[in-house]
Amino acid sequence: MSQRVKRVVFTKEMKEEYTILVPTMLPMHFEIISRVLNRYGYKTEILKNTGDHIKQLGLQYVHNDTCYPALIVIGQFLDALKSGKYDLHKVALMITQTGGGCRASNYLSLLRKALAKAGYDYIPVISLNFVGIEDCPGFKLTLPLIQKMLYAVIFGDLLMLLRNQCRSYEVNAGESQAKAEYWTERIADMLSAGWVSYSKVKRKYVEIIRDFESVERTDKPKIKVGIVGEIFVKFSPLGNNDLENFLVSENAEVVMPGLLDFLLYCVYNTIVDSRLYGIHKVKAWGAYIIDKYIVGKQKKLISIIRKSSSFRPMTPFDHTRTLTKGYIGLGAKMGEGWLLTAEMLELVEQGVNNIVCAQPFGCLPNHIMGKGMMKPIKERHEGVSIVAIDYDPGATRINQENRIKLMLANAKAASLDLANTL
Amino acid sequence: MNISFPLRNNVDYIIMGVDIGSTTAKIVVLKDNKIVYETYERHFSQVRQKTLEILERTREIADRPIKLAISGSAGLGLAKECGIPFVQEVFATAETVKTLESDTSVVIELGGEDAKVIFFKGGADERMNGSCAGGTGAFIDQMATLMDLTADEMDELSLMANKIYPVASRCGVFAKSDIQPLLNQGASKADIAASIYAAVVNQTIAGLAHGRKIEGKVMFLGGPLSFCKGLRAAFVKALKLSEEDAVFPEYAKLAVSLGAAIYADKQDNYFDIDKLINIVRDAANVRSVRVSLPPLFEDERAYNDFVDRHSKAYAKFGDIGTYEGDAYLGVDCGSTTTKLVLISNDNEILYEYYDSNKGNPVEIVKCQLEKVYSLCSDRITIKGSAVTGYGEELIKHAFNFDSGIVETMAHYNAASYFDPDVDFILDIGGQDIKCFKIKNHAIDSIMLNEACSSGCGSFIETFAKSMGYEIAEFAEKGIYAKAPVDLGSRCTVFMNSSVKEAQKDGAGVEDISAGLSISIVKNAIYKVIRASSASELGQNIVVQGGTFCNNAVLRAFEMELGHNVTRPKIAELMGAFGAALHVKSMGLEKSSIISKSELASFTHSAKAATCKGCTNNCRLTINTFGNGSRYVSGNKCEKGSGEKVSLFKDLPNLHEFKRAMFEKLIANEKKEGKARIGIPLGLGMYELAPFWKTIFEKLGFVVVISGFGSRKLYSKGQYSIPSDTACYPAKMMHGHIETLLEKGVDAIFYPCLTYNFDEKNTDNHYNCPVVAYYSELLYSNSDCVKNIKFLYPYLNINDPKELANELLETVSENFGKGCCTLREMRAAIDAGYESYGNWMSAIRAEGVRAVEYARANGKKIMILAGRPYHIDPEIGHGIDKLASQLGFAVVSEDSVAMLTEPCSVDVLNQWTYHSRLYNCSKYACEHDDTQLVQLVSFGCGLDAITTDETRAILEEGGKLYTQIKIDEITNLGAVKIRLRSLLGAIEKKR
Repeated sequence: MSQRVKRVVFTKEMKEEYTILVPTMLPMHFEIISRVLNRYGYKTEILKNTGDHIKQLGLQYVHNDTCYPALIVIGQFLDALKSGKYDLHKVALMITQTGGGCRASNYLSLLRKALAKAGYDYIPVISLNFVGIEDCPGFKLTLPLIQKMLYAVIFGDLLMLLRNQCRSYEVNAGESQAKAEYWTERIADMLSAGWVSYSKVKRKYVEIIRDFESVERTDKPKIKVGIVGEIFVKFSPLGNNDLENFLVSENAEVVMPGLLDFLLYCVYNTIVDSRLYGIHKVKAWGAYIIDKYIVGKQKKLISIIRKSSSFRPMTPFDHTRTLTKGYIGLGAKMGEGWLLTAEMLELVEQGVNNIVCAQPFGCLPNHIMGKGMMKPIKERHEGVSIVAIDYDPGATRINQENRIKLMLANAKAASLDLANTL
Repeated sequence: MNISFPLRNNVDYIIMGVDIGSTTAKIVVLKDNKIVYETYERHFSQVRQKTLEILERTREIADRPIKLAISGSAGLGLAKECGIPFVQEVFATAETVKTLESDTSVVIELGGEDAKVIFFKGGADERMNGSCAGGTGAFIDQMATLMDLTADEMDELSLMANKIYPVASRCGVFAKSDIQPLLNQGASKADIAASIYAAVVNQTIAGLAHGRKIEGKVMFLGGPLSFCKGLRAAFVKALKLSEEDAVFPEYAKLAVSLGAAIYADKQDNYFDIDKLINIVRDAANVRSVRVSLPPLFEDERAYNDFVDRHSKAYAKFGDIGTYEGDAYLGVDCGSTTTKLVLISNDNEILYEYYDSNKGNPVEIVKCQLEKVYSLCSDRITIKGSAVTGYGEELIKHAFNFDSGIVETMAHYNAASYFDPDVDFILDIGGQDIKCFKIKNHAIDSIMLNEACSSGCGSFIETFAKSMGYEIAEFAEKGIYAKAPVDLGSRCTVFMNSSVKEAQKDGAGVEDISAGLSISIVKNAIYKVIRASSASELGQNIVVQGGTFCNNAVLRAFEMELGHNVTRPKIAELMGAFGAALHVKSMGLEKSSIISKSELASFTHSAKAATCKGCTNNCRLTINTFGNGSRYVSGNKCEKGSGEKVSLFKDLPNLHEFKRAMFEKLIANEKKEGKARIGIPLGLGMYELAPFWKTIFEKLGFVVVISGFGSRKLYSKGQYSIPSDTACYPAKMMHGHIETLLEKGVDAIFYPCLTYNFDEKNTDNHYNCPVVAYYSELLYSNSDCVKNIKFLYPYLNINDPKELANELLETVSENFGKGCCTLREMRAAIDAGYESYGNWMSAIRAEGVRAVEYARANGKKIMILAGRPYHIDPEIGHGIDKLASQLGFAVVSEDSVAMLTEPCSVDVLNQWTYHSRLYNCSKYACEHDDTQLVQLVSFGCGLDAITTDETRAILEEGGKLYTQIKIDEITNLGAVKIRLRSLLGAIEKKR
């Protein structure tokens, strides 16, 4: 590190009294994770500030060609710091880092630079990563904590899946969202209350699924639209101009592969590295065990969904990754890497023929794994349509929505044709 | 128009299709399957009023209930508010074609700001241009304005062209930076017009077809294609269509509205004309809630105060009719305007001129000189003349000016005359934004806008014209805007769509005008200067350039800064004024400028040619003047200039050196072997080719290298590029693949390398995602490689043993198990490492030699730092040659990165190529005679991070930061300004 930008270490003492701010990505998942962290003695808070000025702040403090997620996340942090809501000498910021070859691994450096520029260079930044990029005495991931965070992600994915499958069909507007919020609270309560047995977790799965089954729904078929893409703009309403709600308002059902797949993808890459290049052999052995463990949990959930409801479960990860065969190598691991291609194929396999591929403008991995793979996917699966939408501070909503509308119009015409021929 | 529609007969209603695009409104009315009313008119952003007006005209025809649907990007808001069915425009087009011409295979439709391609046969598919692609109707209009032609005149001219110049087709701004210099250099307007059409065609085919061949019966739709004969011809030629297969229907411009009508017929909504008019009228009066910015002026008094304050800015004027003595002439031949100033011994302005150069600056300067000479009569002697700006060389040669001066220095001269303590200058001209920070009376840093973000003066002007206003009137309107729209701060293409969005919401001209002014200012502050707060800029700020004559822009700037600035009264003439001051300070005895009598017989003609000096094949414009002298422009090096080879040929140039190494490598091809393996010379291969070549040759293969990139090579592969916003070096790969196939290879090898060589002392050693995995994309998108073996294994080049195993697997899989043994493979790989080692040592040794030579001979050193592939003649566009013409010894990043200790950085130092860049920056800081210029590829996501870091390192070390963004643009005008400014600033600093 040079002397130009100060790196403030988050110390053990800070843990006691500092509030840790966390950017929004997935409202439900992150809410649960935040509550779990608080249980372990941290004071975390998920940022909920929105608005156009966040973009403006980002533009002011971050290089304008940087990817949009960095710009938004940093803008959101700065907006929070400037809001007067926090004691600036008792606040820290947390950001995730995967350490991959994509520029996203540099968000942390960009955030520090922006803080320095804005006169907040005394505020510590915590890197949340599982590969040990930066040592942080005040923030340690322990095994029990990691396990609970894992459950948080699994429950988050489940809630998202059920809500999306109910929401577009519900008779009483808002019911599914209300249920999702209710369960987010309950799960957060449960996971932050102490040790939780696996059997209790499984009972909760069933309870939640049954509760969503009780949502009154029409059986009028809707166009299913899948969302894949760069992880932040895929999930965050702040990043994708509220894409999910737009699709629902256009009378479509949103299908979104979950966050767990991304975690598994990160884990699995270590195994691939070892297979391809003969490196990280010990780590790969650990990764193998973790992968088996998590995939096991995912499969259990899938079988519970199948047994106790009519909902379409998620695709098991060990199947998802085989879908890339003939399309892209598993060694392509920067950014969302091969997972992006795999998720498009996973959606196609589920019968979701309309896909929005969301990426920040100028996202390098997406040139290859997103836009670069659309041709073979479309060629080999008739009737599949994929629209690439770029997000950046200058891109207008009307342009983005117009392209999605085109896809929806075609999908509707196709389904009418189908209905007429039957 | 006589078209019969196979719609339902004998219906008791009429059908109306409304298409409201970005610039025009189109409406058709169908009665009994016949078109009874049709109109196509510009709406000048008054979307709702225009629709209302047209509807009122149809009142008489509408004697039955109406079925109606709206389409078009600007129609969405209206449809929503009025509860009228809406249909997406591409979908509507497809409806029309399917109904009226069902055997069509492909439709190409160009609209005001959208371009669409619809495939009907063999897997229907519809595509629209991405957000970064403006080559459409509005673009053509903009280009016509730039050439001071109407769209019709431009079309007529294009049919007489003899020659096509390469014009970047990515978007309007890019094309403009190619076209403007062509105009300034005197290329014929006919040729430029045809080149513009060719660029539009290119853009459409490359940007939208994405590898799918456009063939069969092709229908062309949309406004531009129904009006421009030249454009039609260009499409037919490029697609090689026969007469029967190229369909230009009579209803081309109405296709969307017809589609909307067909769609409307399928709906069950009926409207009554009176009711309809009422609903639309209500909507026309409502302004929807939209985020708006505070007005520029609270009230009239605030505006008057502002005008008062700025009228005090100081400039002395003299009377040319009475003045006696010496005078100095300064000319600023800018991209869109020509400025001329004559000053007296006391720096009084005796004569001034400012106007658009109408695409022919030579003629304008000639007229002005005649005028000046006649006004001067015998009282005034011109003792010196200097010229600056884009047209500097041309004017200097044409009229024998004494001196040329780079624009940045001219502007600084002028600004410091007005405010000796000036610490920040911002100049927004027609096409450039220039900012300088001044420290200790020397330029401390220079920032120029990128080609991609030129939201400058000419943009407002073209926009004003497209909305039907003159620039002055348009700007005036912005001053009184109540609620300026927020249009963002990006490139003009994005602004266009932001404007569209605002129009959709019913924003008026005033608010759009003010919004544009604010955008331009924000673009300059946040995008070009990259400032995060006003205090960063400085205390004594001088603003200048024609754009600041616009009060709305000036006010927006002050508001954004939060404090007042100085705008000299001659804001638009500062370049010319600075040039005059410059030549005055030279203290010449006598000016060499063309005399009054010579001027009377002055003639000028220009013709186009292609330079055969080297593989760059520069397109030249040869200007011939009355006195027989010539001036050649468009050349990238001295070879094409027709003048004696430069004195700088002895200066070391590492880029040239490396190219020579590659030339040898390419030429050194074995005759026979097991099979022919092709290596595309692009991206990472610009460093690893010797490595792989040796390995495969040791194994008994013939290795064929595709060769250097060129424009021609690029166009060969352009059709299969799926992502238009990827960097130019990546897109060039498609051409290399085609070239290798032409050369006849059995296999192509470009491995996936997540990790590059580990050069130690860094956080990691990745390749960028594009360098690492581009072959995945090539395999999926270039169908032509399916006929050969395409080898792109994932390899680890840091571990010889591991690499041997991995490569053996690939080779055995493709060429049979017995092809080679593990032992042979290991030996081959060892040889590969050796050859790579020798290769890199040769480069480093030459780097050391270059540095020593420069120091021994008192030459300045420039580290032209990019990635290995930036030395490609087509990617680097000969920037290295330009630098050596300016007297620099040019070294590359890989040749000097090892000459210093590793640099500590504030970012994750995880890419091999970029860590060399950081080291070079450190090296430059350690040596007074060394400068670093960073080469950046447009669209390179990593460079957003590396540029800021490089700048931080250099500025900490007291160095100037210079960045050159490269893409398809072939014109080096902007690069030249950057490099010369750097040179000027270094000299001033001393």
